[in-house]
Amino acid sequence: MTKTFARAAAVGAAALLLASCGERPDEGAGATPGATGGAAEEKFSACMVLDVGGVDDRSFNQSSWAGLQAAQKANPDIEISHVPSTDDAAYVPNLQAQVSKGCNTVIAVGGLMTDAVEEVATANPDQQFAQIDAAPAADNVYGMQFNTAEGGFLAGYLSAGMTKTGKVGTWGGLNIPPVTAYMDGFWEGVQHHNKEKGTDVQVLGWDETTQQGSFSEDFLDQAKGRSITETLISQGADIVLPVAGQSGLGAGAAAEAAKAEGKDVKLIWVDTDGCESAAQYCPFFLTSVTKNLSGAVEEYTTAAAGGEFPEGQYLGTLENEGTGIAPFHEFDSQVPAELKADLDKVKAGIIDGSITITSQSQPKE
Amino acid sequence: MTTERATTARRGRTGEWLVTLLAVVGALLVGAVLIAIGDERTRTAAGYFFSYPLDTFTEAGWAVVEAYTALFHGAVFNPAQTGSVWAALRPLSETLVNATPLVLAGLSVALAFRTGLFNIGAQGQIILGAICAAWIGFALDLPVGLHLLLALVGGILGGALWGGLVGWLKARTGAHEVITTIMLNYIALNLLGFLLGVPGFQRPPYGQAISETVDPTARLPLLLGGGLRLHLGLLLAALAAAGAWWLLTRSTPGFRLRAVGANPDAARTAGINVGRTQVLAMALAGGLAGLAGSTQVLGVTGSVTGSVAGTIGFDAITVALLGRNSPAGVVGAALLFGGLRAGAVQMQSVSGVPVDLVGVLQALIVLFIAAPALVRTVFRVRTGAGAGSQLALGGAR
Repeated sequence: MTKTFARAAAVGAAALLLASCGERPDEGAGATPGATGGAAEEKFSACMVLDVGGVDDRSFNQSSWAGLQAAQKANPDIEISHVPSTDDAAYVPNLQAQVSKGCNTVIAVGGLMTDAVEEVATANPDQQFAQIDAAPAADNVYGMQFNTAEGGFLAGYLSAGMTKTGKVGTWGGLNIPPVTAYMDGFWEGVQHHNKEKGTDVQVLGWDETTQQGSFSEDFLDQAKGRSITETLISQGADIVLPVAGQSGLGAGAAAEAAKAEGKDVKLIWVDTDGCESAAQYCPFFLTSVTKNLSGAVEEYTTAAAGGEFPEGQYLGTLENEGTGIAPFHEFDSQVPAELKADLDKVKAGIIDGSITITSQSQPKE
Repeated sequence: MTTERATTARRGRTGEWLVTLLAVVGALLVGAVLIAIGDERTRTAAGYFFSYPLDTFTEAGWAVVEAYTALFHGAVFNPAQTGSVWAALRPLSETLVNATPLVLAGLSVALAFRTGLFNIGAQGQIILGAICAAWIGFALDLPVGLHLLLALVGGILGGALWGGLVGWLKARTGAHEVITTIMLNYIALNLLGFLLGVPGFQRPPYGQAISETVDPTARLPLLLGGGLRLHLGLLLAALAAAGAWWLLTRSTPGFRLRAVGANPDAARTAGINVGRTQVLAMALAGGLAGLAGSTQVLGVTGSVTGSVAGTIGFDAITVALLGRNSPAGVVGAALLFGGLRAGAVQMQSVSGVPVDLVGVLQALIVLFIAAPALVRTVFRVRTGAGAGSQLALGGAR
């Protein structure tokens, strides 16, 4: 036992020795961080306040931070930092800390922070802020919202063209506009296909006219997501769009179970390309309705670092690629060329206004 | 004989203080190693350790000094922020704001501990308190003073109900409080999640999972103004600590609580109604945690979201352990942890060391205290035995 340990220690020490024999890089290695950090340089500092869940939540915190990282990569003069929130009470001091640190702009991630952003932004009128998923809370706040109903519309149209059972389904995490915008868009997309192509595809799990449908009341619990999806499948849906964060992963398990029974069920992921963020279920993802958080953050930061603070608010649409649908990946060969062409036409129609989306849940301009 | 015993007791007490102090020092030392390992410049310097060994230590030293200085700036005093009295007081104010719910929830856990009950349910009780206080705060329309009072009482009752239920289940059916409190935490959290989707509780236009805003008449007044968040909840926490001290050391019900905690069988033989005492203890514990939730909503956030309780209910357990289940100790521990939480933001913002380090520090402190033998070995000092075994007993009974 002791010998084994000694041997392991010797190997470890040797490895450490080898690793420590590198060369000292020439430039400024001896300089202390205190010396460089203290001097005010010509750098633009973009600071982020994250919502609860941490920077690696595989969801909106992570996507937003990825946007800042991308901005820094493109422009090394941008300094970035972030602070995560532990609870509601942390929003104000977190924003405050970033302000007093002397950040050029402070980006608040998430609509729940609106009260805190308003409070801190009003108290610091000379400080530039940005907030994701909210309309501007004060004059010095740039709002970033996403009209995911437009992306959902394309997904609905696609589903109506791809279904074999004539039934498609969707369900959400909570009955709130950021969620139901996707579902409204999906519902309208299916209706549009029915009207244009004379089909009679039904939407299970959501009805825009009554605003009633299936919800897991949760964004984390995968078991609930699975049981809702299984219910929709048993009612005949062969394409399902879950809009519920981590809870939506339960749909993947449900699709796997359905496959074992010989049913062909496809899923549509939301926010990010599912084949990247939830790759284990990629064989089931027909496409994903995207919400381009990283792109919006990167664009804002780059513009702000260039000396121009964008004013008002950003609304992610099909036109500016703030929302849309992801590639079809494994289903690419199965989607008929005609349907792909139709989707391009529908997209163009939404952009030029010849197709209007009536969802009440769309963020306002 | 008597003097001898007094000396032993005194030595035990100084020993406890020494262990606590050394535990904090030990945790900071381990934390320093973690900071150094996490620091990119230190790692780079370690890559050529054998050509310039000093570089590694300089870089590591700078990283640690920078992080801990920022922690201190965020928690106590920041010499760079002395533009006004308020700016200079902000770190202390933040420390106290963070400490307030920790004092209350820590007392909740400590009180249950002293009765021999392990209250893991402070989290759920905080949530219930927050729900009740918030609902009274925005749904009712009452004059100044009365509104706040009612919201506080409602929050306390909500928590007391949630805690009392555990005591009742324990007394009537023998259900273990660890299991029932954990389960009730889940129920409370999901109840909150449900309410945040219900019109009437959820804030219009129903865009976010956030409650309506509490009326100004039900908000806890701010103590300092000038944009500082310090609110009246701090005084409530101080009163609660004094009340808990009086209850445990000077009152008959408190004696019953301690008797049941020391030995339930002996207490029963002595004629104490053990079941009723357990219900009382858990209701009091729940009430304190409920008050913690109320002060968060009425004093700090003004509304409720799914993460209103954060990790306060669980941090409270470490606060009670560090405070050795005495009210004064809980206050001290809550101030320390409140300061760490307040400083953590500054630390991550300025030096990039993740706030999670503070969670590690808290855990290390408690770990060192729970194992005094470790402190004795590491620091080669003699301390009174028993601190750790007391903690262990507190949990086991």
